[in-house]
Amino acid sequence: MNELLQPVVQALGERFSAPLVERLDQVSLNVKPEHILEVCHVLRDEFGFERLSAISAVDYWPQLEPRFHVIYQLHSISKNIRLGLRVPVNGSDPCLPTIEGIYPNANWHERETWDMFGIRFEGHSDLRRLLMPEDWIGHPLRKDYPLGYEEVRFSFNPDVDKRKPHPKE
Amino acid sequence: MDLTLQMFKHLVSDRALKGETVLLNMGPQHPSTHGVLRLLLELDGEIVVNCIPDIGFLHTGIEKNMESKTYEKAAVMTDRLDYLNNIGNNLTYCLAIEKLAGLDVPPRAQTLRVLLAELERIASHLVWLGTHALDLGAMSVFLYCFREREKILDVKEMVSGARMMTTFLRPGGLWRDVPVEFEAAVRKLTEILPGRIDEYESLLTKNPLFLERTRNIGVISPEVALHWGATGPTLRGSGMALDIRKSEPYSGYEQYDFNVPTQTAGDTFARYQVRMQEMRESVSIIKQALNKLPYGPVRSNNRKYVPPPRSELGHSMEAVIHHFKLWTEGFSLPKGSVFAVTESPRGELGCYLESDGGPKPYRVYWRTPSFDNLQILPMLAKGHLVADLVALIGTIDIVLGDVDR
Repeated sequence: MNELLQPVVQALGERFSAPLVERLDQVSLNVKPEHILEVCHVLRDEFGFERLSAISAVDYWPQLEPRFHVIYQLHSISKNIRLGLRVPVNGSDPCLPTIEGIYPNANWHERETWDMFGIRFEGHSDLRRLLMPEDWIGHPLRKDYPLGYEEVRFSFNPDVDKRKPHPKE
Repeated sequence: MDLTLQMFKHLVSDRALKGETVLLNMGPQHPSTHGVLRLLLELDGEIVVNCIPDIGFLHTGIEKNMESKTYEKAAVMTDRLDYLNNIGNNLTYCLAIEKLAGLDVPPRAQTLRVLLAELERIASHLVWLGTHALDLGAMSVFLYCFREREKILDVKEMVSGARMMTTFLRPGGLWRDVPVEFEAAVRKLTEILPGRIDEYESLLTKNPLFLERTRNIGVISPEVALHWGATGPTLRGSGMALDIRKSEPYSGYEQYDFNVPTQTAGDTFARYQVRMQEMRESVSIIKQALNKLPYGPVRSNNRKYVPPPRSELGHSMEAVIHHFKLWTEGFSLPKGSVFAVTESPRGELGCYLESDGGPKPYRVYWRTPSFDNLQILPMLAKGHLVADLVALIGTIDIVLGDVDR
């Protein structure tokens, strides 16, 4: 790990008991949902992470607790380091506080995450759909949302057929 | 569903609710929005009070589509993201896969990747320059820019057979080696391009009409640009020297000698100067890459990820097995996630790739530069004339395929 990242990871680990996930040069921390606002504040003001690069999510359906991981990518230009934050969110009424007040460009990233995954961001100034039409039903990047076509049926085994994606009625 | 003023009332000023200002719809089919961007404008006479971008008209579900394809097949979709930076998108995707798999790329492939990515950067900036000048009323610049862009597209056609959607870069290297005519063609380009860039500059840089339309238009401070996630020339025009090629070098960019041009004014003209200078730097990188282009293979020899060449299939059973396995099931990546970033002509292009250990990506997320750069537009537009808004859309150089994915 980058020696500039070491103190950041250590401090956050102690203060918020956020365990480290490291893979190759990719460092990310698992942060509890209730801590995310405070962690972002500390990272921006104390550790010099000036910019938010991206917010996204991953759906682990059919697992429900936690169903989603919301992923924040932060970047410090002055120290030239990157840090990922992974926040687990449950499947029933997924909800997180907004970090729009800390990084203003979270606005559209959170709107996109709401649009694509249906994760609400509490306190967001304008939580409308961003990419899909306003009257769209469902959240397309969820794993239980079919791609939108019917697969060719190679099997008459009903168990296999059930697993294949079918468009909703 | 009917759209009502109630849905937008938290975005517009109170005067709009009283009927003192006009709400005007610009786009999505407006030629100066460079694609299908819709802007909801609140106007006081000709002055923009509020500008609310509405995106998603070019949403093609590329992230969802990639989840249902094998890694090799999904590479085809990456070209379609930012259609002016196909090689750069391929490169980002390949870097993510190579990082996760621990795959080596031969030096010849790395140098060719840099060379093609820089050619692509010039082509992209030429499209920007041509359309930006066209928006401001300079028709001839557009024709000259597209003349040179055509030459670059010819080189792409020569190496891959396609002019735009090449998918030439593949995980582990390139699709195939470049033909023998390639070197001469690129060398000729590097000879004519600096003179042609001078020509564009002589048409615009001291042109009083152009200066009038760009100086002090859309001034943005470095702090605001940074907080709103701007990257690339949009950020460098405000004086922040952030270039991923320098700060986090990939594909051997640390071996090249080039500058990161910046300007401090932060207006439309500063961003114009930054991009013009960048084209010259790109020409210099291409020259250096061409001079040191090593010989050797262009694809990795790791047969678990890269299919064997056709010549091996006739006499090696192992090669046939690998060929069959890679073209039916595809390769699997180890479980984990990676975030690879590169510098696209528009800024920081990131690819977040998560693998569950299977032959298809579990989640691909694209952090696209235009998406974040477009968020600044409302701040740039406030207080300017509608006619200047056209210049402002041009100056942040958005590609709607990149915004909507």
